[in-house]
Amino acid sequence: MSETADRVKKIVVEHLGVEAEKVTEDASFIDDLGADSLDIVELVMAFEEEFGVEIPDDAAEKIATVKDAIDYIDSKQ
Amino acid sequence: MFDLTGMTALVTGASGGIGSAIAKALAAQGATLALSGSNEEKLKAFAAELGGDHKILVCNLSDPAAVDGLVGQAVEALGGKIDILVNNAGITRDNLILRMKDEEWSDVISVNLEAAFRLARAAAKPMMKARFGRIISITSVVGVTGNPGQANYAASKAGIIGMSKSLGQELASRGITVNCVAPGFIRSAMTDALNDAQKGAILTKIPAGDLGAGEDIGAAVVYLASKEAGYVTGQTLHVNGGMAMI
Repeated sequence: MSETADRVKKIVVEHLGVEAEKVTEDASFIDDLGADSLDIVELVMAFEEEFGVEIPDDAAEKIATVKDAIDYIDSKQ
Repeated sequence: MFDLTGMTALVTGASGGIGSAIAKALAAQGATLALSGSNEEKLKAFAAELGGDHKILVCNLSDPAAVDGLVGQAVEALGGKIDILVNNAGITRDNLILRMKDEEWSDVISVNLEAAFRLARAAAKPMMKARFGRIISITSVVGVTGNPGQANYAASKAGIIGMSKSLGQELASRGITVNCVAPGFIRSAMTDALNDAQKGAILTKIPAGDLGAGEDIGAAVVYLASKEAGYVTGQTLHVNGGMAMI
């Protein structure tokens, strides 16, 4: 597992209060992890802070799964 | 009750009649303020009168870029956090609809409604992180009742109420409440200029038999800003001596 993936999953676990095992790369934030739209906004804010990247709104809208987030962050680093 | 010690607040239009009363009321409960307005001299004079460790932020609310930067400046000036945003600043450009110029409409919407939106959007982020926030906008009785000659002003104030209800629903789960205070006739330089006949005509419509004072609005804002009002959101608190019961 990449370093990015580790850090993304840690943020997701902390923020959504879900068990680490549930945070697989295929997991959908909304369908599998119980996030609402405001949670997604907060997760994106947390990712931006953790990784020092800017995630514009059109990119943020496409982030539906844990893997989407990891891939986007990796592509910007 | 209603202790605001340790809390920070940004108040727009802070040197005006109602704005200064709101600022005094918040400061009296222990909040530290960022006082915003367009006139630096007036702000300085008011801050000196207020005493304490309050900050001054000059901002032209009709300039979107300046408005977008204001909350960040306030957070910096207030030591890294903003607990309370008071959207108080407002302008009037009264005219009958048939004579109303495009600019009279757009200036009022821009300062009264769009600036409130921009400030709320910017403040929501740090408030969400803090899991606490109070967004309080000063609307007006005419935003609910309407008033001839004030289509632009009434629309802007009604817009604030609708916006606050939506934000209240979006942000409630994060400990942020969003409410409005709607003054009726409040004693000010404008009402002082009315003659006795005009005042008399107004007073016949106010069951309380008197104009309100800035302090009446300040007290309502203090309540909505307090921790005790945490279960109140999306509401408009009418402070009007009974002239409209809605």
